[in-house]
Amino acid sequence: MEKKTAVYICTGCGIGDALDVGKLLEIATDDYSIPICKEHPFLCGPEGVEVIKKDIQEEGINTIIIAACSPRVNYDVFNFGADKIVERVNLREQVVWMQPPGEEDTQMLAEDNLRMGCSKANDTELPEPFKPEEEISKDILVVGGGLAGLTAALETAKAGYKAVLVEKEDRLGGFLTKMKKLVTMPYKELSDTGLEDLVKAVEDNPNIKVYTSSTVEKISGAPGLFSVEIKGNGNSATEKVGAIVQATGWVPYDANKLDHLGYGKFKDVVTNVEMEEMAAAGKITRPSDGKDVKNVLFVQCAGSRDPEHLPYCSSVCCLVSLKQAAYIKEQNPEAVNYILYKDMRTLGQAEDFYKKAQLDGNVFVRGSVANVGEEGGKLFVEADDELLGERIRIEDLDLVVLAVGMVPSTQPDEIPRIPAPEGAEGADEEGMIEVTPDSGFYATKALGLEYRQGPELPTLKYGFPDSHFICFPYETRRTGIYTAGCVRRPMETAKVIDDATGAAMKAIQCTEATSVGMAVHPRSGDMSYPEFNMQRCTQCKRCTEECPFGAINEDEKANPLPNPTRCRRCGVCMGACPERIISFKNYSVPMIGNMIKAIEVPEEDEEKPRIVALVCENDAYAALDMAGIRRMQISPYVRFIPVRCLGSVNLVWIADALSRGIDGILLMGCRYGDDYQCHFIKGSELANTRLTKVSETLDRLALESDRVKFVEVGITDYEKIPKIIEEFMETIEEVGPNPYKGW
Amino acid sequence: MVETQANTQSILVVGGGISGVTAALEAAEAGYDVVLIEKNPYLGGRVAQLYHYFPKLCPPACGLEIYFRRLKQNPRVRFFTMAELVKVSGEAGNYDVTIKLSPRYVNEKCTCCGKCAEVCETEIDNPFNFGMDKIKAAYLPHEFAFPMRYVLDPSIIGTEDAKKCQEACEYGAIDLDMKESTFDMKVGAIIWAAGWNPYDASKIEYYGFGQYKNVITNVMMERLASPNGPTGGRIVRPSDGKEVKNVAFIQCAGSRDENHLPYCSGICCLASMKHATYIREQYPDCEVTIFFIDIRALDRLEDFYTMVEADDKVSFIKSKIAYITEDEETGNLTVEGENTRTGEQIRMSFDMVVLATGMVPNKMNGVAPPDVTYDDYGFIVLDPEKPGIYGAGCTRRPTDVATCVQDATAAALKAIQSIARR
Repeated sequence: MEKKTAVYICTGCGIGDALDVGKLLEIATDDYSIPICKEHPFLCGPEGVEVIKKDIQEEGINTIIIAACSPRVNYDVFNFGADKIVERVNLREQVVWMQPPGEEDTQMLAEDNLRMGCSKANDTELPEPFKPEEEISKDILVVGGGLAGLTAALETAKAGYKAVLVEKEDRLGGFLTKMKKLVTMPYKELSDTGLEDLVKAVEDNPNIKVYTSSTVEKISGAPGLFSVEIKGNGNSATEKVGAIVQATGWVPYDANKLDHLGYGKFKDVVTNVEMEEMAAAGKITRPSDGKDVKNVLFVQCAGSRDPEHLPYCSSVCCLVSLKQAAYIKEQNPEAVNYILYKDMRTLGQAEDFYKKAQLDGNVFVRGSVANVGEEGGKLFVEADDELLGERIRIEDLDLVVLAVGMVPSTQPDEIPRIPAPEGAEGADEEGMIEVTPDSGFYATKALGLEYRQGPELPTLKYGFPDSHFICFPYETRRTGIYTAGCVRRPMETAKVIDDATGAAMKAIQCTEATSVGMAVHPRSGDMSYPEFNMQRCTQCKRCTEECPFGAINEDEKANPLPNPTRCRRCGVCMGACPERIISFKNYSVPMIGNMIKAIEVPEEDEEKPRIVALVCENDAYAALDMAGIRRMQISPYVRFIPVRCLGSVNLVWIADALSRGIDGILLMGCRYGDDYQCHFIKGSELANTRLTKVSETLDRLALESDRVKFVEVGITDYEKIPKIIEEFMETIEEVGPNPYKGW
Repeated sequence: MVETQANTQSILVVGGGISGVTAALEAAEAGYDVVLIEKNPYLGGRVAQLYHYFPKLCPPACGLEIYFRRLKQNPRVRFFTMAELVKVSGEAGNYDVTIKLSPRYVNEKCTCCGKCAEVCETEIDNPFNFGMDKIKAAYLPHEFAFPMRYVLDPSIIGTEDAKKCQEACEYGAIDLDMKESTFDMKVGAIIWAAGWNPYDASKIEYYGFGQYKNVITNVMMERLASPNGPTGGRIVRPSDGKEVKNVAFIQCAGSRDENHLPYCSGICCLASMKHATYIREQYPDCEVTIFFIDIRALDRLEDFYTMVEADDKVSFIKSKIAYITEDEETGNLTVEGENTRTGEQIRMSFDMVVLATGMVPNKMNGVAPPDVTYDDYGFIVLDPEKPGIYGAGCTRRPTDVATCVQDATAAALKAIQSIARR
């Protein structure tokens, strides 16, 4: 696009009072040859906007640089259409609200911001949406035909989209087929499972294609363009889908590991699953001799909330045991149920069912099980009763039900091993190393993704392929692939239905966004995507390994094969590439490099250091704005440059900055580690790792590694910003000015 | 009159908290038109009033920033603040709704320069901080407020103060003539994401809330701990501003109780444990005692419980506290009840007591067609036979943020189905 650029400087909000705006206009006109440069006292007001619109109409302006308030505000006012480039220069929050008015340093800061803005606008191109040659599919693949899978498929179809459902068993329903009844909203009494109706609704729905006795063999491609190979019944089929919902459910915790609770030793010690199966099949009887059941004891948290077994809670076992106690009572009103529990976890309105269970005369014992034994053909349980403060013995039991927890289907029995990367610790004699749960090689086979980073979804602790984010529970680390139901978190049936419906929503949304070339969360709507100049690629594999979302495949020669629809547009690949071959139309290595070069660096004797701060635009940039809104004052020597993610920071920017005489570089970004906040998973972590490599280079150049620093700045950390800047300035003062100034 | 392009192909989302904003965005990003209305002057609802989320102890503003960014760049969502739903008629796929807009007295020319607040003399109870401090009657609801625009409290309209504010504004952003207005729209589906209110703790007479200064509620604790709260983030006693050395949490205060809220609000256990972490971080020597009936930390959240329990300055005592009394001189509180485990009577003294009170859902209150059903407790019930109006978040059952988001995403799809059916 041929650019016709204009600069508009707003003098409202104190900007005109604090700065020599005339000088700013001169810089835009003279140094950047911008044909139209204007100022206005109230640019975001209707008259101000009209000035801009007039220029667009009459002068053909298509690249608009607005030097005024933060880009985080007035986004609607300064929106001139998708075919215009708008660059916002922050003169308010990050200049005049944080600096003393009329001072030379304040002016220099404003001038540099304007220079950087003009440079950036110059290097920006309008993104063109990615249009693959192949047609985009909006069909949804659902892997797993239990309650979650059936619901996801059905809700997809009801919204007018097509679903392909793959179930490994010969019948649909998953664990629902083993259940006699449910306890669900409003939790007053037992409900029917609704299995038959649900399965019929799915089977009768013309928009759902069902494969039973089948598994997914492999999936290649990317969102909108997935090619799924399904094997089953001696056949092989290929389906083209746009997004995937993995609803592969759970397996009960292996009760053989609970022999200390009598499982495997005594026939009448069963799991909650076995109890449910018995109830669903007909009558609940003693497994040992088929006789009637009069006294039952439920051991809650059997192998759960236990560091030796499953450390987590499986959410549903309390309610399930209460349900099963009701089965017993239904069968025989004279029967006695003992519920031995640690905490009764019947949340929300489910409290009503707990109340009912108490009114039904069930006996609740709060305590921990010590021993399960047999005497005269009946079982006894010894427990430490919390309320009585002593060990009790409950005898004459016909049945002991161990309420075991749920293990996601993704959790491998044996943790897979892969060839250890060079220099990795913990490799065995064959050079193999255990994979960590967040690896794409960890989970048991369900999807068979032909992705360089592994065939399955990365998981969190305990093997659940879930999102790490509280605010974004569906955001797995693979674009277009969502999880639903107990495979992602143990949950009760009411929640599974909501969860699966939500997953279907995300899957549909992904296909719709992809079909118009847009990215999904968190850069929803972004039409830019990374382009690779393969001529200079050295096959170093950094981009393919470091992409947090596994978006880039590799061919046999280690050439990266990008998949734009898998991409979240964070730019981590761009930051990783030592040859700088990756760029977006509106975000590139030269773009930021040129912005850094646009900064005026005073001579050493002027004693005005210059710092470049690369700021994550998701959190740290907002924190800076907040500091500005609070009128917190900071050093005038720092030049803030927003970046999409610290992971997109290319080390050449640091080299560029230092070679220009910039005295220090700060990277301001999100928390990383176990409780990471980085919206792109590993961005800030990677930035940190790369910085350690920079230290070596710096030392070689006889530059102090103290000059480059990462600081964690969360969105609410604005109070800390003045101190952070101050401390860094002190460090820079100690190490002295960059010897490369003026070269 | 406000012009809208909403028609029966669009979705109305009532409530701009985390559930409402999620529902609106998820539908819009799938290509559907949404109108989002919120009665407060800002979006974000009650999560904006939290300091951190459990279990990551991360700030809500982080997620909200991404939500607002997605909102900003999506032309399919039109949102209105100071807006309430006042009438609904019609049927699924074809509803006629009336929205009331209350006057903000500040228009789109506001630049947040703050001059009106500077000159305004009247102070009001700060609604964002549950009245724990005062702000000027011309105010920015909170520093992260989205949309970033000031508000004038109706109490100063017609006074000299209001005129002063108007004169002080260089941008002509203050419009004292703004009036309440309504507009009508046709929508295809409605998502009721109007959230909840904290249970009125003064109804639990034996706990002394409202009488004893140092008895506060869990939502008030969040404000105390927040840097943008009434005390700048310092957790201090309301009566004298002193540091706390010994804090008690009373779980299930007015919950799981026939006389108050019979149901469990699901999150209060985790919230109190989270509050314990706030206190412990600020005061390494402060002791915390949590009086509970059952600790409800589901699935992976058990890890959070394990972590808090391991802190030797945090004690968990199983007890339903019978009553609280105050020592008028010191402001200290005496908590009495039976220790369920030992059978002994508890009589312990604390600097401050936090009541973990529950959530009361907001109902559609006569605004809705008779189709909408509620359970015994006012939570909206999803009836597959009566599509068209869907609850999302805490209007359906009391729950945590991740579940609300999950729920709202599901509601978006249900709403789309109501439209797609046509």
